[in-house]
Amino acid sequence: MLFLKRTLATTMLASALVFGASSASAEAVLHRGNGGEPQTLDYAHISIDIEGFVVKDLFEGLTIYDSEGKIVPGAAESWTISDDGTVYTFKIRDNAKWSDGTPVTAGDFEFAMRRVEDPKTAAGYANILYPIKNAEKVNKGELPLEQLGVKAVDDKTFQITLERPTPFFLQLLAHYTALPISKANFEKFGDQFVKPGNMVSNGAFKLQAHVPNDTLTVVKNDQYWDAANVKLDKVIFYPIDDDAASVRRFEAKEMDLVYNFSADQIKRLREGYGDQVHVNPSLATYYYTFDTREAPYSDVRVRTALSMAVDRDFLASEIYSGAQLPAYHLVPPGMEGYGEGSVPEWASLSQIDREDKAVALMKEAGYGEGAKPLSIEIRYNTNANHERVATAVADMWKNTFGATVSLVNLDVASHYAYLQEGGKFNVARAGWSADYADPENFLALNISTNKTFNYAKYNSPEFDKLMQQSYAEQDPAKRMDLMKQAEALISRDQPIAPLMNTANLWLVSSRVSGWGDNAVNEHLSKFLSVSE
Amino acid sequence: MTRGGLKRLPRVRSFQPMISFVLRRLMSAVPTVFIVVTISFFLMRFAPGGPFNLERPLPPQTMANILATYQLDQPLWKQYIHYVGNAVTGDFGPSFIYKDNTVAELIGKALPYSMQLGSMAILIALIGGVLLGTIAALRQNSVLDFSLMAFATVGVTVPNFVVGPVLTLVFAVILSWLPAGGWGDGSLQYLILPMIALALPQLAVFARLTRGAMIEALHTDHIRTAKAYGLPSRVVVITHALRGAMLPVVSYLAPCAAALLTGSAVVESIFTIPGVGRYFVLGALNRDYPLVMGTVILVAIFVIVFNLLVDIAYGLLDPRVRHD
Repeated sequence: MLFLKRTLATTMLASALVFGASSASAEAVLHRGNGGEPQTLDYAHISIDIEGFVVKDLFEGLTIYDSEGKIVPGAAESWTISDDGTVYTFKIRDNAKWSDGTPVTAGDFEFAMRRVEDPKTAAGYANILYPIKNAEKVNKGELPLEQLGVKAVDDKTFQITLERPTPFFLQLLAHYTALPISKANFEKFGDQFVKPGNMVSNGAFKLQAHVPNDTLTVVKNDQYWDAANVKLDKVIFYPIDDDAASVRRFEAKEMDLVYNFSADQIKRLREGYGDQVHVNPSLATYYYTFDTREAPYSDVRVRTALSMAVDRDFLASEIYSGAQLPAYHLVPPGMEGYGEGSVPEWASLSQIDREDKAVALMKEAGYGEGAKPLSIEIRYNTNANHERVATAVADMWKNTFGATVSLVNLDVASHYAYLQEGGKFNVARAGWSADYADPENFLALNISTNKTFNYAKYNSPEFDKLMQQSYAEQDPAKRMDLMKQAEALISRDQPIAPLMNTANLWLVSSRVSGWGDNAVNEHLSKFLSVSE
Repeated sequence: MTRGGLKRLPRVRSFQPMISFVLRRLMSAVPTVFIVVTISFFLMRFAPGGPFNLERPLPPQTMANILATYQLDQPLWKQYIHYVGNAVTGDFGPSFIYKDNTVAELIGKALPYSMQLGSMAILIALIGGVLLGTIAALRQNSVLDFSLMAFATVGVTVPNFVVGPVLTLVFAVILSWLPAGGWGDGSLQYLILPMIALALPQLAVFARLTRGAMIEALHTDHIRTAKAYGLPSRVVVITHALRGAMLPVVSYLAPCAAALLTGSAVVESIFTIPGVGRYFVLGALNRDYPLVMGTVILVAIFVIVFNLLVDIAYGLLDPRVRHD
């Protein structure tokens, strides 16, 4: 009991210190709902957007996304790109400083990027920076760290050499994997540099306190080069993984922002909160993948027929209340320079005509009513929305082809482990959201040598060749065209049936200004302000 | 015999057997925890998928690097020996998922929240439940009895994932009297709703247990004797019947306390409390092996300790129980 009392007293004292400070003066505080506890603040090891939101408020890369989702200079003031597109030279801002007042140097970026590619670091997203010369080999331990194509020319000049021209490289640099680390601070604390009290950051905010699963508090960084334009004094992130609880706290006016609530709430929330409900189409695709190794799914006619029979409008508008948009091809809209994707011909038909064609196609393949019966198992990861989608699709296939459809669901880890380890299946749900706004990020999933991501085991030499050509192509327009041809093959062969493009759902309180909806889902707190 | 004679029943008791009883029980706890650790360690590995199978899979090289970092590339028996060896020295390993913290840090930070909330919920459940159960028993088969028991049935059957959100909607969203969630500064206003949601089902169980045991106790010989001696019914009920009726309540208290003090994943999630309860679920779902082991050991220890405390309490409540 004594133990209990003592720990309680300490807890209360600690919370009193943290929260007492916040209520003392009329500070501009943003209460930011954040959909879950960050697994770590070490950006070599983070993997999801909600972690990105926190670390990008704390640290600033060479480039950043503005509130409209456009790439703008961050810690780098300007840059030049060599004529062959392989050497990027960045000028780091003279007034870029760490929160301890020391200057941000090219050496800090060099150090951070080497650390990410160091096999010892085991960074989950090391591949994001693979376009850098020798990155993949360094990461595999085949070359020493010094061979990585990054170089601090002097304190304020940072040079990156690439393997090949990479048109989306400036976007990659805005990814959290490319954030800098204060070398001096890391040498002092090692992996513990992410803890409150240890952390030194170069972004608009600095870490003040972190109570796991309760709050993560960041305060304005006075040393930040653009501090004069940062309007918030403090941002409190609430790591709430229960979306219903997040919405209730928004409704109780305890939180100003809520990220990704349940789609079935959209209608109700729109009625009560109007334009505080934001539905942002994002660079993400929700799809069903077929196991192309086994009959009947090895038959393109069966795959196409099944895909055609899915009423995507119904899924998007009825199940997701408009929080997702119907999709007919893999690459989501909104990729700069790509334009309209390669839509299959049948997408222009009405749903009734598609179903008629689908029945005919299925008959031709020898399945369906009056032919070989179809028995389909749909696998998905456990989630209320995915279950509703699977149930609806099962119904559509039952009605169109007289198929028997069963549903199997596993938790997310087991579901993907099964697919990634090459387990046999009929039809399985999968989703992909862009790491960077380039079609390659989606198309590469279907390359035959991509053992992990190519769940369908799609094996098309024609497709692989087009992708290889796109990697070698230096002319951006020609490269886009090659990728469009590659996507047309996916649309023709339907190893996957793209169903919807995902939207990100946000609740943005009317007291917040500076908010911009954008497809890359980047929302730095430095652009936001709050009114009382 | 005089009236006083009944109270002065001889109570000669030495503490020697009690101490050796406690020591023996504590020693037997060591192999128990060890068996629990061993079974959970291997059982957990039967679950498909691993801690690093994510929706977005990792490239094979990265995966290999990570597995090597956490020694997951070693044969299972080696991992087991490694784990037990470290655990004995108090090192429960790093969390695979919450990488900035060790398992000990995570649990150490979260446990005080769960224990504070849990201990208050136990107090409410116990006092409220015993009070309601006693009243119901004394007014057996009356309208009051029926309505109290109806309330208790509802308390047991309505899950707290219903009670919690309803409480928040009414008291936080609609009335704005209390916060909708969070620990805030740890003041009472933040704790009231989660405390009620946690306590309600247990309060109902205590009420039903007390009522049943109380009705039985009121019909025993020694109560009849006490009544026959003309003791005031208040004394009979409080000092004699209630004491006997406490036995089933105390037995239930052990698992109940172990469960409430180690947090409820549901209540903590609904009210966004930074307690330890969610780690059971998150650890298992994310295949965070060390975190699951940590929580399993925590619960095992709580269950053992509370069972021991209950057995000691038995001896104090029931003269027929002796620890020798």
